[in-house]
Amino acid sequence: MMTTTLIEKSHRTLWQRWNWLIWVVVIGGLYYWTVNGLKFTGLQESAGTVSRSIAAGLAHPQWSYVYDGTGEDLTSLILQTLAIAFLGTIVSAVISVPFAFWAARGTHEHFFLRSGSGKVVLTLIRTFPEIVLAIMFIKAVGPGSYAGVLAVSIHSIGMLGKLFSEAIENMDRGSEEAIVSAGGRAGQVFALATVPTIMPEFFSYTLYRFEIAVRSASILGMVGAGGIGTPMIFAIQTRNWPKVGIILLGIVLMVLLIDTLSEQLRKRLI
Amino acid sequence: MMLPEIPRRSWSQRWHVKGLVGTGILLVLLVASSRMTGVDVGMFFSNFGQFLNLLVRMSSPTWSYTAVIIRPLLETIQMAILGTTIGAAFAIPFAVLSASNLIHNRFLRGVTRLFLDLVRTLPDLLLAAIFVAVFGIGSTAGVVTLAIFSFGMVSKLFYEVIEAIDMGPLEALESVGASKITIIWFAVLPQILNQFVSYFLYTLEINVRASTVLGYLGAGGIGVFLQRSLNEFNYSQTAVIILATLAVVLVIDGVSNHLRRVLL
Repeated sequence: MMTTTLIEKSHRTLWQRWNWLIWVVVIGGLYYWTVNGLKFTGLQESAGTVSRSIAAGLAHPQWSYVYDGTGEDLTSLILQTLAIAFLGTIVSAVISVPFAFWAARGTHEHFFLRSGSGKVVLTLIRTFPEIVLAIMFIKAVGPGSYAGVLAVSIHSIGMLGKLFSEAIENMDRGSEEAIVSAGGRAGQVFALATVPTIMPEFFSYTLYRFEIAVRSASILGMVGAGGIGTPMIFAIQTRNWPKVGIILLGIVLMVLLIDTLSEQLRKRLI
Repeated sequence: MMLPEIPRRSWSQRWHVKGLVGTGILLVLLVASSRMTGVDVGMFFSNFGQFLNLLVRMSSPTWSYTAVIIRPLLETIQMAILGTTIGAAFAIPFAVLSASNLIHNRFLRGVTRLFLDLVRTLPDLLLAAIFVAVFGIGSTAGVVTLAIFSFGMVSKLFYEVIEAIDMGPLEALESVGASKITIIWFAVLPQILNQFVSYFLYTLEINVRASTVLGYLGAGGIGVFLQRSLNEFNYSQTAVIILATLAVVLVIDGVSNHLRRVLL
């Protein structure tokens, strides 16, 4: 017992023993600033009644909205949402490939000028809010699901391009070398070695991105870019809670189903 | 001596049945979804001028606007910090309940995980729209939204960390008759603390990004100004907001990445 305490003391300097205090002060200060900076005023007095009517609405969803044959019902809009996500993801996966090769660090690259610039571009695309993109495309092609497709396809490039380029950087170069040593030309190396090696990973990332796209397609409608989001925001604004309830149920079921399906598919691919 | 044999391929392999069927399904889905969404490539190019015009107007930001948006930008960060903290605090008990190596009751674990899966399906903006209706316009709705959003994400990350711990110290304490709380405090906590903090920071990064658009629906922060500038067609202000948000996100990502590298 004696020796252990002695050893510990001799190994820890004054700084090591007390630097946790600095963290306490920094984190404490941060939280003080946070809590003081936010204004919690303006809370509606009706919050209680509103949440009670929401709960009542969620407990009694408007089942008649599920399908009424007009094309404006839950089933058709959920299908439309899935279509936006699917098309957007596929288009973005295709566009992402050249971006990925641009941003992937090459084996013989010296100052990483090419890959560095590609990475910056991908970061810029990723940070550009999807909602703003959707609004810009609405100005270009009018409100509707087409704008949603465009927003998803452009925004997804940021993430897919990054994931794809990392897959390229980490890929096994063995088969490429084999074809080079057998006298293959650059085109042959690409078609027979590079593409087959990275294809499964590309597929898997695209599926993963599709899961995310389903979620964003279901909210893009809130700004008018098609899908289930549009009736959702109208129902919330008109306080039509039974309708909100059935739409929420539809979104939850859709996302759960897609997540499960995509997970099964991804397990089979890899 | 045996001649090298060509590997024999079955009928379905020779005719690439799997690949062809997969491609067929993909094509059918593509055509169906493009008809459903009314995609019109020609329209995109004929209206491309309008889109370019928008980009041109965004490319000349009014820098003086920066002074106006500093305050809401800071509010956005504050919302993210508070929301993530509340969400993570609630996530800890749920993460413990859904970790298979701590809770042996399969039913309890299943119910908890199902609940967490359900929470995770809800997109952030949808939550924001509902909470703006409940709490009124302001940052409270944003904080609650972010708290629930991060609760779903953090609890999953946390229970995966807990499930990956070394069970030795736990068994040692269990064999001397320690209570469940003691075991968690002395055997589980020291193993997971660093990873918890790391995932907390990761969630904070995502929440800072998410909180910048929450205001679009009235949930406080910079998004309120984003919506205002877009509604007024004041795209040079929109550009300033997007660039400022980008700067904040990059700074937060940088700090958090550095801290996470130090921690792990």
